[in-house]
Amino acid sequence: MANAKSKEKPSSPIGASLQRNDVYEKVTGSAIYVDDLQFGNKLLYAHVLRSPHPHALIKSIDTSKAEKLPGVKVVVTGKDFPERMGLYLKDKTIFALDRVRFIGEPVAAVAAVSEEIAMKACDLIEVEYEVLEAVFDAEYGASEKAPLIHPQLGEYYCPNYLFPKPGTNISNHFKIRRGNCEAAWKECAYIVERTFHIPHIQHVPIETHGAIAMMDEKGKMTIWASSQSPFAQRNIIAQALHITQTDLRVIAPLVGGGFGSKAGVTMEAIPAALATKCKGWPVKLMLTREEEFFTNFVRQGLTTHVKVGCDKDGNILALKNVMYWDAGASTEYGANVVRAAGYSSSGPYDIPNIETDSICVYTNHPIGGAYRGFGMSELHTGIDQAIDELAEKAGFDKVTFLKKNAISEGDIIVTGMKMHAMGIQECIDNVAKSIEFSKKEEPTSPDRVRGKGIAIMWKAPATSPNPGSSAWVELAEDGKVTVGLGGQELGQGTFTVMAQMAAAALGVKYEDVRIAGPVDTQYSPYEWQTVASRLTWSMGNAVRAAAADARRQILDVVAEAWKENPEDLDIVNGVVVSYKSEKETPLANLVIYGLPRENNGGWIGGPIVGRGSFMPQYITNLDLETGQGPRAVVHYTVGCEGLDIEIDKNTGKIHVIKAAASFDVGKAINPELVKGQIEGGFVQGLSSALFEEIRLRNGVMTNPSFVDYRIATAPDVNFPLDVPFVEVPQDDGPWGARGVGEHPMVPTIAALGNAIYNATGIRLDGPPYSAEKVYLAMYDAGLTK
Amino acid sequence: MAYQRITLTVNDLTETVDVPHNMTLLQMLRQKLSLTGTKNGCSAGECGACTVLMNGEPVNSCMVLAAECEGATIVTVEGLAKNGKLSKVQEAVAKAGGVQCGFCTPGMMISATALLERNPNPTDEEIRQAIVGNLCRCTGYFRIVNGIKEAAKM
Repeated sequence: MANAKSKEKPSSPIGASLQRNDVYEKVTGSAIYVDDLQFGNKLLYAHVLRSPHPHALIKSIDTSKAEKLPGVKVVVTGKDFPERMGLYLKDKTIFALDRVRFIGEPVAAVAAVSEEIAMKACDLIEVEYEVLEAVFDAEYGASEKAPLIHPQLGEYYCPNYLFPKPGTNISNHFKIRRGNCEAAWKECAYIVERTFHIPHIQHVPIETHGAIAMMDEKGKMTIWASSQSPFAQRNIIAQALHITQTDLRVIAPLVGGGFGSKAGVTMEAIPAALATKCKGWPVKLMLTREEEFFTNFVRQGLTTHVKVGCDKDGNILALKNVMYWDAGASTEYGANVVRAAGYSSSGPYDIPNIETDSICVYTNHPIGGAYRGFGMSELHTGIDQAIDELAEKAGFDKVTFLKKNAISEGDIIVTGMKMHAMGIQECIDNVAKSIEFSKKEEPTSPDRVRGKGIAIMWKAPATSPNPGSSAWVELAEDGKVTVGLGGQELGQGTFTVMAQMAAAALGVKYEDVRIAGPVDTQYSPYEWQTVASRLTWSMGNAVRAAAADARRQILDVVAEAWKENPEDLDIVNGVVVSYKSEKETPLANLVIYGLPRENNGGWIGGPIVGRGSFMPQYITNLDLETGQGPRAVVHYTVGCEGLDIEIDKNTGKIHVIKAAASFDVGKAINPELVKGQIEGGFVQGLSSALFEEIRLRNGVMTNPSFVDYRIATAPDVNFPLDVPFVEVPQDDGPWGARGVGEHPMVPTIAALGNAIYNATGIRLDGPPYSAEKVYLAMYDAGLTK
Repeated sequence: MAYQRITLTVNDLTETVDVPHNMTLLQMLRQKLSLTGTKNGCSAGECGACTVLMNGEPVNSCMVLAAECEGATIVTVEGLAKNGKLSKVQEAVAKAGGVQCGFCTPGMMISATALLERNPNPTDEEIRQAIVGNLCRCTGYFRIVNGIKEAAKM
């Protein structure tokens, strides 16, 4: 290498904790979110009339008074938009048609010149209902006695990997039948049977949902939305409104927290529907915090019956899960949550005999959707606590028991797929060491009891079988790089990680890579959705391929100009170098104008555009009756969490002394961002374990505010959290990376439940482990007065 | 709708604004002055995303009527960096990794700034208490607290 610039040793951006590329905007308030967009005086404000009943027939709707109110531009109801939609099972409409199925369901909407007028107009809409018997319990809902919530279930479009049962409230019944549980129970020396109830919770992004829609005179629509899924929204809303995907443009500025709630389509369709009736006028809808709590997606409730047994040597022989999901009024997304919990229902354990029934039940409750690691927190809350007790019953140290039964590379897993390499043993060791799990410690006060708990987890991206990613890479005259992508920055740091990957694959500095944002379906390349912890892996593969494509194009141009072999060339810190001739040239200009041939012989090259796409092509469906098949998922990320806690005997309040979380991330592209995800996910899991529950009484959410629905605050997190991660590479991940965004909140409830059991001998039947619940349980057990 | 004309100082600039009687300080900042850095998370004084300094004290701007702000001095997140240079709190929290989605960040920056004004050497517990009203759903607070602690040392 010739000169000083290319002799600087390039430090790889992969594995470097580089600063986020959106942080300056975020700390100065200049970052743009959907509510910050300006639309001028023509902006109309939407308000939604919602169902006051959990289950009722709509007999009539009279909008005439609302339409006459000065300032009202449009009033719409269900009859205007009868098309059914949904990400998986198409079972919902933008507005209720002839029947309402939960309190808060949109029945009509108004667009008016002010929010006040829109609200007043909604009050003037007269709806006559015939109230029906409602379903508030999943097991009852699944029974023959329950009234039908979706009598037309058999007519709904459904992908061939979901199994609805028309004529019932069951919209998906996923089964595993592996080995022979009945025979295996007879071989078991120890068996534990437990039932757990996991309540509905809400994602609570600090930014509520918001969207603005405008249709032009020719019928082309633009939607600006706080969105994890601009492309899925383009597809679903276009179909619902009978326009083409090309005529629907979704622009998605930064997202102020999503956690799954802003995936698929929810309220975005409402301003879009209104906008079709007032061409040329932008229509804006921002959800209030109260609406956010129960009118959009929530995490569905679960009742799970777990039975697990092992032989006298501590080998788990059989596991049975019967899971009834209180999935709410629509299961368009939730039906796949239920499927995911089913196909991962063994947890990260090697168990030869498994019987699972994961049953998705319509109820007259808020709609269950995707929530960070969907299905997995709920599943692991059951199995990890039952297995904790099994270990004790069989006389094993819990760490030994977990390590003995944990899944290994090459094992045939619950669905019949062969397990890939991963480091669950190291994750368990890390956590056990960090919280000194085997050391029995005294409480710091005689008023407290102390205990430690540990739990392991796995989770695979739960998606359609063929979710695609794509990317492009361009360079400007200055030689700097712009990456086009369609995945969304939700706070997880994906724009930063993608810039790191592009820099590494191309041979430029991280600081010289920009992300083309905001994501805009008109210009950005396709991305299925920002969900399932799949971007680092899937979009990362696309970005890496696009950068490698641009690199190849550049080296071909330079090789031709220099009459050299591209294999002898490299790009180092933005400079093309030849290891053979020791020539070099910066990327600036050549990436736009190409290079001149010798002797006035014209030019070589031109503007460089790299392209890349990625889609898993090996996912197959599973057998309807047995849940077996060659490959149900792309891969699993595994991990372990543990807590050392004290419980105040006088109040029941739980104090975390120390906690640890260890996940196998394959390769940490940005270690500090990885740790930030693990810390934040752990606390979200802990918050759900300690505080959170959507309290439903006759279908009414009784606590839709931050006062009554408490989430973790800074003083709640006054303990050290150790997050040592493991890196066993993923064979098809970029640089070996796999996702970890959702996983840290998956085992937290179980780990805390196990710690409570260790401290008190009490096994509570479900979160939240509030001080009141813990105190009363200790009182009943005679542990406190 | 009854309007009132108020004059106040916002981020060192004197502003005269006609505000409806029922307009909140948050709405005035975002709608009348286009200072959209201050966020609305609940409109009920419960999440802290809209925190601004009013006469040096952190307040939930969704709970203050604009009409009450005659003569007041307001500092929003846009007023923290000077000439493109981040304040200590902004720089330290950014460096500590205390920013993810960024929606709580403006309010968090203001609460932390107010804390360090009145208590230049806070303990961890004092930092946690100072941001108890600023909900964050992404970070678990660890790196925000660490950032504020680092800012105190700068």
